[in-house]
Order: sequence, then structure tokens, then C-alpha cells
Amino acid sequence: MQHGGRVREESTSPGVAAPIIRFDDVGLALGGQAILENVSLTVRKGEFLCVIGPSGCGKTTLLRLLAGLVEPTAGRVLYDGERAAPGRRDIALMFQDYTKALLPWRTAYGNVSLALEAMGKTKSSRHDIIMTLLDSVGLAREADRYPSQLSGGMQQRVQIARCLAQEPAALLMDEPFGALDAITRQALQDDIQEIAARSNATVLFVTHDLEEAIYLGDRVVAMRPHPGRIATEFEIGLDRPRDRLRTPEEPEFLRLRRALFDVVKEGR
Amino acid sequence: MADAAIAGATRRRPGFASRLVRRDWRGAVAPLLLLAFVEIVMDTGSYQSDSLAPPSQIAVAAYRVVLDGSLLTGTIETLGAALGGLAIGGMIGVVLGVLFGMSRAVDRLMMVTVESIRPIPSAAIIPVVLLAFGFGYRMEIFLILPGTIFPILIFTRSAVAGTEPCLLDVSRLMGLGYIGRVLKIVVPAALPRIFVGFRLSAALALVIAVTTEVVVNPQGLGSAIMVSEQKLDPASMYAVVIWLGIIGWGLNAALVWMQRRLFGPAGARGAEQ
Repeated sequence: MQHGGRVREESTSPGVAAPIIRFDDVGLALGGQAILENVSLTVRKGEFLCVIGPSGCGKTTLLRLLAGLVEPTAGRVLYDGERAAPGRRDIALMFQDYTKALLPWRTAYGNVSLALEAMGKTKSSRHDIIMTLLDSVGLAREADRYPSQLSGGMQQRVQIARCLAQEPAALLMDEPFGALDAITRQALQDDIQEIAARSNATVLFVTHDLEEAIYLGDRVVAMRPHPGRIATEFEIGLDRPRDRLRTPEEPEFLRLRRALFDVVKEGR
Repeated sequence: MADAAIAGATRRRPGFASRLVRRDWRGAVAPLLLLAFVEIVMDTGSYQSDSLAPPSQIAVAAYRVVLDGSLLTGTIETLGAALGGLAIGGMIGVVLGVLFGMSRAVDRLMMVTVESIRPIPSAAIIPVVLLAFGFGYRMEIFLILPGTIFPILIFTRSAVAGTEPCLLDVSRLMGLGYIGRVLKIVVPAALPRIFVGFRLSAALALVIAVTTEVVVNPQGLGSAIMVSEQKLDPASMYAVVIWLGIIGWGLNAALVWMQRRLFGPAGARGAEQ
């Protein structure tokens, strides 16, 4: 049943949970061109999985498949035993480009509200939830501002709040901090680490930043392009919570970085 | 904080009237000189005409039609038909535009029909519509409809078809239904451009209303122009023509003002697309 030796069922983290996400030998071809080939991958419940690879290796496609926005042309994508389909609210997807993902005509408040409106919540019941969510991402004072009046980091925080409004069991993040400056990115990395730990959500985090992947992930999957496939994967045995200063200096961190760097370099 | 910023932005803009005066008084010099010239030439010379009138007589005629109420009645009739046609046509245009823009199949199916009806000048169907409805508001509004439907339809359709795909993904993932997607994502995103179509339609509505009145329909300002012409009263005729110019300018100015108010800060991005 299992393909290849890639899927590791054993885990180093405590509280091992059953796999919730499963890619079964998934392939995707668009217009005769193979985007993904033979992708098999399982993700445990509550796991923080980082997917890394050069652009064009299909890591974003992986998320779109799981969200049900694209249908695989081969294999199956299962979430909680069901085929992936759009509109299940327990999966939230966060986009890289906040200028496209937020509604420019709605305030931060209104953008978060959209997710609750889609769930059919009444106006009066929405208010407290929205303010709590905005407060949890540090934007309570910016509630009435439009996206164009917010910095990039703030806009990504609005997106995070909107995703959390869906109370997702799985959070899919597509290079969420790729367009932000280094300082903002670090702050948001620590925020998302904390949010993931608090909500116990399964996180699939796509990035092209090696250090970000190692810093955040329980496991890192490296992909290769033409066609997109999984090259290798690493368990990240670093202690949690990770520390901005100490973690990147640990020998294990440096070892993983070197190993991943070699893999990514080979793939180019 | 946010409120303060927005309030500051509006406070910096001076009032509509003062802006108008400050910006436009130099532009008024040339036309005023021209008017004075025409007045002097026509009063001093022994000029007689059934088709021209000196500005002073036009002003007197204007005063007369304002006093006897005929200008007001005509304005109500013309604007009533134009705005009625704009409202009905606008609704039809937005609904069709959304349908066409959301579905490529519907779009392909209907666009040939639309493109073949659209070029027919509204004046060409005046006889048919006259037979069907007789004189009055109904025939005039019916003639205005194509002029208001099509600009709005075409702007809506292209704006809807160009909705940011990422926003559609967002709404699908949240589980918003078709209606929710249209009302909460597609239409608000398209609104700034729909409004551009609305402005075009408003201008056309007035043009068609007056044309219809000049040609057949015995009501409104267009009819007033014809009646004055036939009474060999060019002064009254020009008074109404000038008043129509003011109405057209005012209609556009009101819509531009609305556009700024509605889409100023948040819709700027949508309007550029």
C-alpha cells in the first residue's frame, strides 16, 4: 500500500497521532506537462510540516490539491479519509500575496468577518469573535483600517486572523512570509509557531527559505522540479518552543541546514 | 487612529463650490468675452434672424420660462424618463453582466446576440416603439433602455470576468455559495468599473431622452425646443438648450462626486484594473 520508503510512521515527537493528510501516489499533468509525479506523503494530526524546494517544483500545487482547488490527474489526495474538495471550512489556506488575498474594499474587521459570514454566523455573534481574533494577532487597534492602509506584515496578520476564524484543523500556508522584510518575517514566524502550538492545528507550510523550514517544522520535505516530486525528508528533532537566538546555533540545526542545502542545490 | 486619518484626508479637500470657483474662474474669461462680443454685434447691427438671438434676449426668455413653470415641468419630464431608463437599464445591465462574466458558456452563447443588437441606433426603432407604446414616458424609457443597458452590461461583464482569481479561491475555500460569492466578492470588486459604465449610460440616457422628445414625443425639454423653434422664438429655444447643457454637466458632476465618495480610498485599486 505504501509507496517508497519515504513515509515514516515512527515519530520523535510525543503524543503521536494518526495521519490526517495523505497523498497517495499523486500526479498532476496540465496541458500534457507533468507538474507533479508520484507524490506520496502523509501528515500526522497536529504536525507542522514544511515543504521546501525551488520555484516550479509544485509545492504550491500540493496545497491547492489538498484544498480541493485542483483535482489530481493520478492518485488520491485524502483529508481525514475523504477526498479533498473545496468548501470544507476546517481547512484554511493562507496566500503569499496579501494584496490579492484580502478584499481591498473591506476593513481588517470586514475581512475577518467574511469567513464568519460564510459560516452563517449572525452579525451580533460575529463581533466578539472578530475582535478576539484581531486582538490575538495584535491588530485590535487597526480593526477599521483598510488593507491599503496597513503594512505588509499587518495584512498577513489579517489573513492569519481570517484563517483562524474558520477554526481550521488544517492550516495551509503558501510562502506566507515570502514577501515580508526580515524583521517582520521573524516576528510572524514566532507568532505562527505559537498559534500552531495553541490551536493544535496541522500545518502545511510551503517556503523556499531553508532556515525558516527548519526553524518552524517538525518535519521538512524537500521537493525537486521537472516534474515536481519529493526528493527527501528530514525529521526536525529540535526542542520546542524554538528560540530565535539559541535554536539556529544548535549543532543539530546546522547539520540539518547543511544536509538540506545539499539536497536543494542538487535539485537545481 | 484610522478614523483620524480618514477624517484628515477629507478635511484637506476644500468644499465642492469653492473648488469650482477657484479652479474655473479663468476658464470663464474667454466664453464671457465671446458672449459680450456677440451681444454687441447683434444689438448694434441691424441684424434680424429667426434662428439666432442675442444673449440678453436669451436671458429674458430664460427668466420667462422659469417663471411660467414650463422649464421645471420639462425638466421633470426629461429627467424622469432619463433617470427611469437609467435605473431599469442599469439593473438589467448589471444582472446580465454578472451572468455573462461569471460563466464563459453563457458569455459565448449570448455575446453574438448582444453585439448584433447593440449597434442599432435607438432613433432607428422610434417608429416601432411609437406603434407599440404611443406617446409618453413608456416609449421614451423603452428607447433609453438599450443606451443604458449596454455600457453597463459590457463594463460589468469584463470587470466580473476579471475578478481576482485569488479572491474567488478564498471564497470557495470558505464555503461561500454562488449568491454569496456574487454579492460579497464579485460585485463589490467590480463596482468601481460598473460605475464607469453607469456614467456613460447616464450621458446616453439624457441624449436619447432629448432626441426622442425632439423627434416625436410631445413632452419634456426636447419638445420645448421644437415648440419654440416652430413659434420662431429662438431666444426661448436657446434658453432651453443652455439649460440642457447645465443639466448634462450637473448630472456628470454629481456622478463623479458619487464615484469619489464611494470608491475613494478603498476602491481606488478596483478602479485602476
